[in-house]
Amino acid sequence: MAQSKTLNVNGAPATIRFDDPDMPLLYALRDDLALHGPRFGCGLGQCGACTVHVDGQAVRSCIVAVSAVSEDQKIVTLEGLGTPDKPHPVQQAFIDTHAAQCGYCINGMIMESAAFLASHKRPSEGDIRQALASNLCRCGTHVRIIEAVKRAATSI
Amino acid sequence: MTTFTASRRDVLKGGGALIVGFSLGLDSPASAQATGKTVAPDEVDGFLSIDAKGTVTVYSGKVDLGTGVRTGITQIVAEELDVPLSRVHVIEGDTALTPDQGPSYGSLSIQNGGVQIRQAAATARRALLQQAALRLDVPAGDMTLRDGVFRSISGTNKHVSFAELIGDRMFALKVDKEAPAKAPADYQIVGKPIARLDIPDKVTGRFTYVHDVRLPGMLHGRVVRPPAMGASLQSVDEASVKDIPGLVKVVREKSFLGVVAETEWAAIKASRQLQATWSAWDGLPEQAKLWEHVRATRVSKEDVSSNVGDAAAALEQGARRLKATYDFAIHTHGSIGPSCAVAEIRDGKLTCWTASQATHNLRKQLAAMLSMPVEDVRAIYVDGSGCYGRNGHEDAAADAALLARAAGRPVRVQWMREDEHGWDPKGPPTLIDLEAALDGSGNVIAWSSQFFVPEGGAGNVALLPADHAGLPHEIPMAPGNIQGNSALPYTFANIRTALHRLADTPFRPSWIRTPGRMQNTFANEGFVDELAAAAGVDPIEFRLRYLKDPRGVELLERLVTFAKWDAGKGLALASGDVVSGRGVAYVKYELVRTYVAAVADVEVTRKTGDIRVTRFHVVHDCGQIINPESVRQQIEGNIIQTVSRTLKEQVTFDRSRVTSLDWASYPILTFPEVPEIHIDLIDRPNEKPWGAGEPSAAVVSAAIASAVFNASGARLRSVPFTPDKVKAAIQV
Repeated sequence: MAQSKTLNVNGAPATIRFDDPDMPLLYALRDDLALHGPRFGCGLGQCGACTVHVDGQAVRSCIVAVSAVSEDQKIVTLEGLGTPDKPHPVQQAFIDTHAAQCGYCINGMIMESAAFLASHKRPSEGDIRQALASNLCRCGTHVRIIEAVKRAATSI
Repeated sequence: MTTFTASRRDVLKGGGALIVGFSLGLDSPASAQATGKTVAPDEVDGFLSIDAKGTVTVYSGKVDLGTGVRTGITQIVAEELDVPLSRVHVIEGDTALTPDQGPSYGSLSIQNGGVQIRQAAATARRALLQQAALRLDVPAGDMTLRDGVFRSISGTNKHVSFAELIGDRMFALKVDKEAPAKAPADYQIVGKPIARLDIPDKVTGRFTYVHDVRLPGMLHGRVVRPPAMGASLQSVDEASVKDIPGLVKVVREKSFLGVVAETEWAAIKASRQLQATWSAWDGLPEQAKLWEHVRATRVSKEDVSSNVGDAAAALEQGARRLKATYDFAIHTHGSIGPSCAVAEIRDGKLTCWTASQATHNLRKQLAAMLSMPVEDVRAIYVDGSGCYGRNGHEDAAADAALLARAAGRPVRVQWMREDEHGWDPKGPPTLIDLEAALDGSGNVIAWSSQFFVPEGGAGNVALLPADHAGLPHEIPMAPGNIQGNSALPYTFANIRTALHRLADTPFRPSWIRTPGRMQNTFANEGFVDELAAAAGVDPIEFRLRYLKDPRGVELLERLVTFAKWDAGKGLALASGDVVSGRGVAYVKYELVRTYVAAVADVEVTRKTGDIRVTRFHVVHDCGQIINPESVRQQIEGNIIQTVSRTLKEQVTFDRSRVTSLDWASYPILTFPEVPEIHIDLIDRPNEKPWGAGEPSAAVVSAAIASAVFNASGARLRSVPFTPDKVKAAIQV
């Protein structure tokens, strides 16, 4: 049965339609709302490419059912974190350190790091590596990503 | 004297409209198969146009696979034409607009593609200069060029811009190999660490990947693959999915089975729920006996990649004779984003948006599969997830084309994780036997090697859906030019390196980053390390004895200093449970270009067999560097990815199918495991720009193996270096 629901996405109400309450949130964001930030990587919660913030927590939108998100929860995607003109400090740090190659995983790296830094003010490099331990990158951009998160930590 | 052709309206109609249309995600240009723009690689107009505002558009057959090529090519053209970077726009891999410069592989995009485009720009610049001199009535030598404007130097205030000279018109000029390119001493942009142009959009969610392409009326498709690799489809129960809202159609062509639906989730659900009966198939070898299988595979051809002196005779005359067998597991590309494409057939013409590294080749493959004239097919590159070779992008394009044909509407196909891990073509298993002889003083007097590798080169890899649907496709295998670096960079007196080209390999093969050169360099450099140890000589000193190439010698000498290599320490074995060591490897890529040498630092836990790679020092000489930051980024990426492949990766399979279908069963390197990387770039602005990227991957496995030996005495000859193999090697 087709249902609709209004989500709070990037600070604005957004209506989505779905037939199956078990549909992962990712498809609503990408296909209904035409967002490019969250990306399909594995559908298994293993790689992190689909990460968004729900009430400030980094969650993997490929394994969160659309029915599990309530209308008053605040969803923020990479687009809502910052813009090219006014990037979030983590986004700025990724730009400054050239921390992307193909960039497909970078949504997850930034969303995970931004949530992590919001609750960890002075992380060590080891802390940062551990925080990103379940985010996969295949291009091998890791050393720049670590550097970017270190830099961002000093500017937040 | 050159004059420029008046009409370039068609060019703009094809090129200009497409760019705007695409960036807004609008109308599909199915009608633009014939744009009127030349794609001839010997024409300046093939590569360049300048509009009435002075914007330079570059038409590049090489595409940016996440490696920074777009920025590098922008730098090259901005430099050659003396315009700001912001005034150069690059269109990549559109078969209707860009010349065929060959696939974007082999770290050749700058070396070949960029250099070709540089020459087109140099030809254009010279023609513009001649025109400007004519227009201003001043000698060509009396003009400066800055920001796309020629000015008379002698103070007459005469000036004329590119836009005035050529704006919206064609050059109608052949690319001239003799047109003088700018002197490197005058470079302002090339050689500088220009920030990658794509990164701001990528980190803010504004970038459009092929996965983001949406067309009006578009459906979502998913393909149902056979449960066993060679199984054929016997029956389909369409009623099994009829309750799924939004399902449009089940598509079947022989053993090609797919679904199309109004929504992506409906397509995914239907593909999972669809009941089908397949024949049984168990034609894969037993994984535990893979190497016996490889050794027993029929040899279709013998290639000898080098033959110096008489290796067979000299082997008999040594004071010491060493033998070893090296092997390297089957690998998957492991793209983080599964392959994806969008296809539309309108008015009998196919347009396909694809992340293919070879759109011109894909165009021909799609045309053959659908029995369409090539001119009715257009393939347009849109960035995908990094592919590191021929992954599933082309197969997804063929999936989308077949489903679009059946549905009569545009179709987007994105593979699921298990499709990508299970069905991308694989880096074939590689087995290498080596033998060498040392004389009484520890000098190498003979080297003989035999590589067991599939036949074939770098042609097109057959499209999976064409195979399943029984449609025309290539039969020969195309694993890439895997014979590369089977011969040696060292001057041993007697050498024979031979390749047994195998008639078959368990999985559809293709090239994965540094194909063949990685496996071959692992064996060669690993065995050189064994010889150095047998001779009791420091491994760098040992290599230098047999290296006559001055750039190679300089590279290794710099590595000694850069990595603070201590020759004495290099031979000492540590003791204790966690032991550390250093190892080295060297490559001259394909023996004709980029030089790389590296020192790996490792820690080995003897009890568990765990290896931690803590640090890499890399010295790199690719000739002229276009963008040092991009070169560093590519070196880092290649080192890290190859540490992952070396320590962890192997495709697992049963007799019917791949069983490593996700990141749990095919683990890759994670953040806590990533080494520090220190890079020393040798820039040679007056030399040719060679490839950067792949060459640095070649040295990784051998450097780690050498370091593990240095740390523990264990000699690792089988990738991946899993803890069980390490423990077994320590006990030996």
